[in-house]
Amino acid sequence: MNYVSKIRKFKQVGTRPARPDGDDKVTGRALYGADTVAPGMLMAAVLRSPHAHAQIVSIDFSAALAHDGVKAVVTGADLVAQDEGSLRDIQENCLATTRVLYDGHAVAAVAALTLKAAQEALKLIKVEYSALPHVIEVDDAMRADAPIVQSGRALENVPEGFSQNVTYHCQFGHGDTDAGFALADEIVTRSFKTAATHQGYIEPHACLAQMTTDGKAELWCCTQGQYNVRDICSALLGLEGSQLRVTASEIGGGFGGKTNVFIEPLALALSHKSGRPVKLVMSRSEVFRATGPTVSSSIDVKIGMTRDGRITAGRAELRYSGGAFPNETVSMGAQSAFAAYDMAAVETLGWNVLTNRPKEAAYRAPGAPMAIYAVESVVDELSQILNLDPIDVRLKNAARKGSKSSYGPTFDDVGLIETLEAAKAHPHYQAPLGPNQGRGLSAGFWFNFGGNTCVSLNVNTDGTISVIEGNPDIGGSRASISLMAAEELGVPYEKIRTIIADTASLGHNDITDGSRVTFSVGLATIKAAQDAIQKMCGRAAQIWGIDADAVTWEDGAAVPAGENAGKFPPLSLAEIAAVSFETGGPIAGHFEVNADGAGVSFGVHLCDAEVDPETGATKILRYTVFQDAGRAVHPSYVEGQMQGGAAQGIGWALNEEYIYGKDGRLQNSGFLDYRIPVASDLPRIDTVILEIPNPGHPYGVRGVGETPIVPPLGAVSNAVSRAIGKRLTQLPMSPPRILQAILKG
Amino acid sequence: MVAVTLWGTMRQYANDQEKVEVQAATFKELCDALIRDYPGMQPQIERGVSLAIDGRIYKEAWFTPISADSEVVLMPFMQGG
Repeated sequence: MNYVSKIRKFKQVGTRPARPDGDDKVTGRALYGADTVAPGMLMAAVLRSPHAHAQIVSIDFSAALAHDGVKAVVTGADLVAQDEGSLRDIQENCLATTRVLYDGHAVAAVAALTLKAAQEALKLIKVEYSALPHVIEVDDAMRADAPIVQSGRALENVPEGFSQNVTYHCQFGHGDTDAGFALADEIVTRSFKTAATHQGYIEPHACLAQMTTDGKAELWCCTQGQYNVRDICSALLGLEGSQLRVTASEIGGGFGGKTNVFIEPLALALSHKSGRPVKLVMSRSEVFRATGPTVSSSIDVKIGMTRDGRITAGRAELRYSGGAFPNETVSMGAQSAFAAYDMAAVETLGWNVLTNRPKEAAYRAPGAPMAIYAVESVVDELSQILNLDPIDVRLKNAARKGSKSSYGPTFDDVGLIETLEAAKAHPHYQAPLGPNQGRGLSAGFWFNFGGNTCVSLNVNTDGTISVIEGNPDIGGSRASISLMAAEELGVPYEKIRTIIADTASLGHNDITDGSRVTFSVGLATIKAAQDAIQKMCGRAAQIWGIDADAVTWEDGAAVPAGENAGKFPPLSLAEIAAVSFETGGPIAGHFEVNADGAGVSFGVHLCDAEVDPETGATKILRYTVFQDAGRAVHPSYVEGQMQGGAAQGIGWALNEEYIYGKDGRLQNSGFLDYRIPVASDLPRIDTVILEIPNPGHPYGVRGVGETPIVPPLGAVSNAVSRAIGKRLTQLPMSPPRILQAILKG
Repeated sequence: MVAVTLWGTMRQYANDQEKVEVQAATFKELCDALIRDYPGMQPQIERGVSLAIDGRIYKEAWFTPISADSEVVLMPFMQGG
């Protein structure tokens, strides 16, 4: 269904009211995962593997159980064994049964009266391991003689003859690439590597579980999807879904990393054994070692271009390591690698490979940043070689309405051209550069999703509105949802409060991911408001004694629809709500949908960088983000998403990486050694919001949360490469790596 | 009949054709028809696929109607962060 057929004038959408969670967060009142307590609560701790790969020969926890204050110990045998592939992997990842597959893999958990007692007891658990060979790097893991992480996991799409570590293969494209390369005046082929990075959310994973002997359970946790947690934990604990209620806490960042379950089943199992509530909070080191970073990658790209900047063909081969369990993330990279370009001939191949690393988790636009970094680097190099303006090259080749995308479908209205033109016209693009400075540019893309969504909207008798939705607010969605409800109902934003329901209080909602919430929950909220409006118009019709279809809704009130309906003064929402008991009972609107039509999103980033030629250190001097938001419901939040994505992407480009020793153990499991950018590392990140309405949403909304992390890798790399006069092909571009490139001559 | 564009990996199960025609009026009918006519696609379709109909991407939407003149592209199941 296409919604945007005419330009609508908004009264509240597009304004910047105060965020509803602001006071709670700055005063410390907001309750995060570790803030929940219960009478008689035990504290839990987890024993983790010191090996990258080993057989578990035996586990003896008798001494731990006898330790003073210890109430329960669980191992992999205490979770319900799963048959289905993805659930079985989650089960094994939560608690290993026969083999540990990476440094930090959970082996056992203890609940005790105090955290100190639980940690002491961990040291009393005797685990006999038999060490196995390990493999960490993706290219090594693909070799025929590589240690096998898991056997028999390759899908049917993997051709014969590969290492058993190769579990997934995909291929996309159209046209004749060989013929396309033959038309090129210049061809560049490059190989790239990117490191695994962590989402770096401030709040570690935390939960409080209470499971009683009568088969009922309560779970409070920080998560991007309480319904997903319920479904997984129910299966792993043998509970019926209705008997486990999961409540999502406030969330201190997620970025995709809290779409998974790691500690919740352990806490529930410990609670079941002990009969007491159990709290389990990860340390920062545990977050790094045992939650999900991004994939690491190895990528080859070949692009042909004519002298005047027309791309004739492109080919990319992507190899992603997703850690010790199979995944298909490379398919997202392979589809998005060339998405910004209108190409007659394009081909991408992808391989997902097992390594002895933690199970990969989503991180904003999973799979896309590294693929697009590699393509944007080669496009930039071709622009340099052919002495062409890099924005002009992208404008000449930009995907637009009617372009056959590199992943198959033909694009509808997309905003890449407008975004590139805005970048070209911006003062940043014309600003002079000094010595050792370079300007980099990159386009970026993300699909954006809809998905299963359920919203209730209650009209309270005092004329206020309660919106009940089921997606944890990680990016300001409560403000955006309230704004859309206010817009549709015609009442002030301040009259509305949006809350996040637990799993027992509202129907299923998909995870807060895929940049789906403002789009999908917004759509459902607008529809729920329309449902309530219809009911309020019916009440007004009854009061006036006219037909319901003779009543319409204007500016927050029911009014007669035309002169023939009769003359009655408007009945406001508050007036109708005040007499709702007398006119038929409470008034509420509902809407449930599996939303589609999310509408893709493009962004363009400009980066100025200066490199110290003596140390290789990079300073980001200026950074501007241009992005098509469809409709910016709350522009401050949209800008925040754009700035946050840029900051994370700059860290990914310059500093962040999982570093492993020869023993396969993670060497930098803390923020002192895993360096994310801090405020003093960054300039002010400027933002320019473009609004090309998405025809798939009543207000034209597109998701904005993921696209902004896609371009920074290429934009920063192109800036640094131009600053030092050498093409860099590996992330992160840490000072030693840049210095090495400079000294190479 | 509906013409369905396959992504590269799926073409091996359809005699390397980029596009196949099946009798289907909805997403579900299309998936069933592909499995019937090209059994090699069954494991992937059962794991999950998305479908782009006239440029719009659908997931798990069995009853989404498909017109004979629509552009239909089979895609992997989408995932996000």
